[in-house]
Amino acid sequence: MTVPAVSNSSEQLDRARALSAFKLGDATFYWLTRLSALAVLLILGGIILSLIVGAWPAIKTFGLDFLVTRRWAPQLSPSPVLGALGPIYGTLVTSLIAMLIAVPVGIGIAIFLTEFCPPILRRPVGVAIELLAGIPSIIYGMWGFFVLAPFMTDHFMPAVIATFAHVPILNVIFAGPPSYLSLFNAALVLAIMILPFITAISRDVFQTVPPMLKESAYGLGCTTWEVVKNVVIPFTRAGVIGGIMLALGRALGETMAVTFIIGNSFQITGSIFSPGTTISAAIASEFAEADGVHMSALILLGLLLFVLTFCVLAAARLMLARLEMKQGK
Amino acid sequence: MDLSKIFRAAVVATATAAASFSAQAADITGAGATFPYPIYSKWADAYKTETSNALNYASVGSGAGIKQIQAKTVTFGATDAPLTAEQLTKDGLAQFPMVMGAIVMVVNIEGLKTGELVLDGKTLGDIYLGAVKTWDDAAIKKLNPSLKLPSAAISVVRRSDGSGTSFNFTDYLAKVNADWKSKVGVGQAVEWPAGVGAKGNEGIAGNVAQTKNSIGYVEYAYAKQNNLTYASMVNAAGKTVKPSMAGFQAAASNAQWKSEEGFYQILTNQPGEASWPMTAATFILMYKDPSDKAASAEALKFFSWAYEKGGKMAEDLDYIPMPANVVTMVKAMWAKDIKSK
Repeated sequence: MTVPAVSNSSEQLDRARALSAFKLGDATFYWLTRLSALAVLLILGGIILSLIVGAWPAIKTFGLDFLVTRRWAPQLSPSPVLGALGPIYGTLVTSLIAMLIAVPVGIGIAIFLTEFCPPILRRPVGVAIELLAGIPSIIYGMWGFFVLAPFMTDHFMPAVIATFAHVPILNVIFAGPPSYLSLFNAALVLAIMILPFITAISRDVFQTVPPMLKESAYGLGCTTWEVVKNVVIPFTRAGVIGGIMLALGRALGETMAVTFIIGNSFQITGSIFSPGTTISAAIASEFAEADGVHMSALILLGLLLFVLTFCVLAAARLMLARLEMKQGK
Repeated sequence: MDLSKIFRAAVVATATAAASFSAQAADITGAGATFPYPIYSKWADAYKTETSNALNYASVGSGAGIKQIQAKTVTFGATDAPLTAEQLTKDGLAQFPMVMGAIVMVVNIEGLKTGELVLDGKTLGDIYLGAVKTWDDAAIKKLNPSLKLPSAAISVVRRSDGSGTSFNFTDYLAKVNADWKSKVGVGQAVEWPAGVGAKGNEGIAGNVAQTKNSIGYVEYAYAKQNNLTYASMVNAAGKTVKPSMAGFQAAASNAQWKSEEGFYQILTNQPGEASWPMTAATFILMYKDPSDKAASAEALKFFSWAYEKGGKMAEDLDYIPMPANVVTMVKAMWAKDIKSK
């Protein structure tokens, strides 16, 4: 009769041991996840801090003038004249054009895939779009440089320049001479690069629309266009905007492909067919050779890009919050 | 300020990581100018076969080369823009010329043969200032009365990174074009008034090969290796010259090398009827009192070998070997200034 007693107490011991092992695992897991979360904050803080420290000499030298100076003259001694207006202008213009092209096309593809596409095509087209997102950016750069740029410059640009030659304002925006390396060509490649983000996310959220809603609308006699306009898009607005903002973030910071085809020129001409530069392209092409205030100014450019991206993300959040409030969620 | 130094060191370290970490005891590490890279790599190959000692040279640009030797991540730095005697003394560096080369203008115009197009310094400066905008501009036509040039816009290509080649090119333009001197000046990276920027000699060569009606400046070896069309130039004596070994040597022969000034010498716009106007020497930087004396001794052995046996290889790639009297002066300077034991 003693045997079961022994086994009973050892069973209890096992149970306690197993429980404490679970507890330990749980605690370790808790701390690991918490540390990971903290590490993100620490790294982010560290990056901001080191950017500010690195940019400090340039902030002290140029102050707010840095934002509005058009000149970029690192060779002037003893004090170079450096201004960020050229790169900021290039960054905003290329991102704007890229969004103008990619948003309608990307959402259009998503609508086609979810509403019109015959099932047999849906998979291959979907996979192709996702593959686009996986191509390394330098490949886009090379393709833009060797294939897209010559075609646009030799065939598309001259026609546009000729068409708008006598239209005020437009003849400045579309002024010649066409350049292989230009803001427009860079924006076009950017548009293709961010297209998959917009399409993939929009498609995913479009698929979350309850079939009941759509079918009710169809039952009332709505056309597909009316269903998309009045049911699908309003239902998924938040997700679509999220996808667009993700794409915009990528467009603002894209470096390699843009450096390849934008021309790295700090001039602001007003024409989108002329070469320009972006913040990240300027940093990439000058960082290795810069020193002193020049180096510091490049770090300050990095800080500006950081702030710009932060503002974009904050604006997106704000927009989403307001939309949700309107919907009464 | 300190942080930017750390950033810089990080960039420097990544650039040479492969070179310095994989290096064995006898390997020589160096970094800098892209301009002499073709000949340095050829020498390194031959030297390795002969002595089994390897040279790891990172072709990262003159500015980066100067920075790397200052950060002491390499045994020698290489630059096309020589440091002045003051700068050398400040950092405790010794400087000597290794080889000379030439910058040529490469163009991409349909139907044009190499050497057919003639440019002078004034016109070239105006093209790079954006004042001469099309190939059929009166200034270009005047120099090329018999050529049929397109009425297309000139696509100007220049360097986007800091560059010793740019330094010598802008130095030449500043000497021959007053507007260039007052508006832009001389430097490894300047405020380019026109054109698109490309990275490295190879970047300019690639851009010009790709872009119709473009013009760019590269080291001669890059023009030949890429089969690019290059232009003839009007030199300081008013004669039209094609890029040739004889022309480069004629320009180089004018140089007055002085050991005490760190051999500071810029060879653009030299007098002489045959002189090619954009010739340049490329320099080596080493510490006078290096922390790793054995490595410096190995590097000096390599340079000494290159002076003695590398001349033919240099000429094959259209570089100009240093004259014997300059080599003697350089070696005397080594013995006097560089503590390699």
